[in-house]
Amino acid sequence: MDIEKYIASGILELYIAGALSAEENLEVQHYALQYPEIQKEIEAIEEAMLQLTKSTSPELSDTSFKKVLSRLDDTIPFLPATSEKRIPWASYVGWAASLLLIIGMTWLYLQNNDLKSEIELTNKENEDLQQTITKTQNTIVEKEALLQELRNKNVTVVALGGQKVAPTSFAKAYWNKNKGQVIIDSQGLPTPPAGYTYQIWSLTLDPLTPTSLGLLDNFDTDTSKMFTLPNTNDSQAFGITLEPEGGSPTPTMEQLYVLGTVGP
Amino acid sequence: MNLDDLIQQFQQKDKIAFEKLYTMYAENICGVINTIIQNPERAEELCQDVFVKIWEKSDSYNPTKGRFFTWILNIARNTAIDELRSKTHKNQKKNLHVHSLVGIFEKGEDLNSKVDTIGIQTLLKGLKEKCMLLIDLLYYKGYTQKEVAKELNTPIGTIKTRIRSCISEIRKNMKL
Repeated sequence: MDIEKYIASGILELYIAGALSAEENLEVQHYALQYPEIQKEIEAIEEAMLQLTKSTSPELSDTSFKKVLSRLDDTIPFLPATSEKRIPWASYVGWAASLLLIIGMTWLYLQNNDLKSEIELTNKENEDLQQTITKTQNTIVEKEALLQELRNKNVTVVALGGQKVAPTSFAKAYWNKNKGQVIIDSQGLPTPPAGYTYQIWSLTLDPLTPTSLGLLDNFDTDTSKMFTLPNTNDSQAFGITLEPEGGSPTPTMEQLYVLGTVGP
Repeated sequence: MNLDDLIQQFQQKDKIAFEKLYTMYAENICGVINTIIQNPERAEELCQDVFVKIWEKSDSYNPTKGRFFTWILNIARNTAIDELRSKTHKNQKKNLHVHSLVGIFEKGEDLNSKVDTIGIQTLLKGLKEKCMLLIDLLYYKGYTQKEVAKELNTPIGTIKTRIRSCISEIRKNMKL
């Protein structure tokens, strides 16, 4: 663009007067930023107008600006000093209350969780106790049944005395011949060594014929030491021998612990 | 400090910046008002009004819309023209010359006698009455280029080249 022509057009004089449209104003500013000559010319025109306007000024009193200043104080909004600043109590109390509420809610939530886990624990304990009770009741029922068996009028009680290998041992056989069942009370026998087990024998005496009634399995773990075995033999005596685990076809007489004959 | 920074501080309600701007422009503003109303005492009062307005309206100055001087010039002439239209003024001054700048020049004296000021008689020396009229309408009455073209029944292009040559004459006179 032709800068000199643009300057010579007189648009810059109108720019200083404020006589241009908004678009023309923008155009002038755009060129002023782009071309230093235009900016310089604008300032020169302004300077001429500053000189002209100044030349008609009345003599201003020294207090002129003070008068302006005094009127500003009335017009600017009043800002209270910081020391007089009102404390917004309502706001503070509100925030504090909210904070307390949050703390309270959190505490209650944690408490609730604790109680829940305690209830769970108690429930578990209750179940355990219930199981124990059931077990105990079963045991009682079993013991009752056993007692009834022992008291039966058809039961013959045979005392088995300690023999040479174990003189202090003893046992009892409760034989219900009608039912074909014998209950061995082996409380007086020592715990068999590892790899051995007690075997119960039914004996007929003339001639001496032993018949195996069975093994006292789980001797260690059975706390009652009462074993029920089938016996359909015409037994005249009962004996208990120590045999290798699994039992033997004939009794090992050297290991006969107890023996007792059926009374007349 | 450059003018842009000073204006920015003033817009942030800095009273020290405002005082600097007052020192820079007070005589121009008071001069514009005095040219229009031709009453030095009243001009000083109105001049103070203008600076209070400038302070209050500082937010409304936008550098993208024009020069700071153009902005305060507009506030000053509007204030002065309002005064001309008021009843008190009409009662006081009945014989005011319609073309104020011509009227002041024709009095043949310098109003502002300060050392750093070039007198109006020097500045307007050799200018035709047409020039003074054009300057008066554009700078002191706030006419737009269209309004001037209509008032003087002259094309806008001619108005522009003519104001260019009028101001150029003042610039020459400044160097005398």
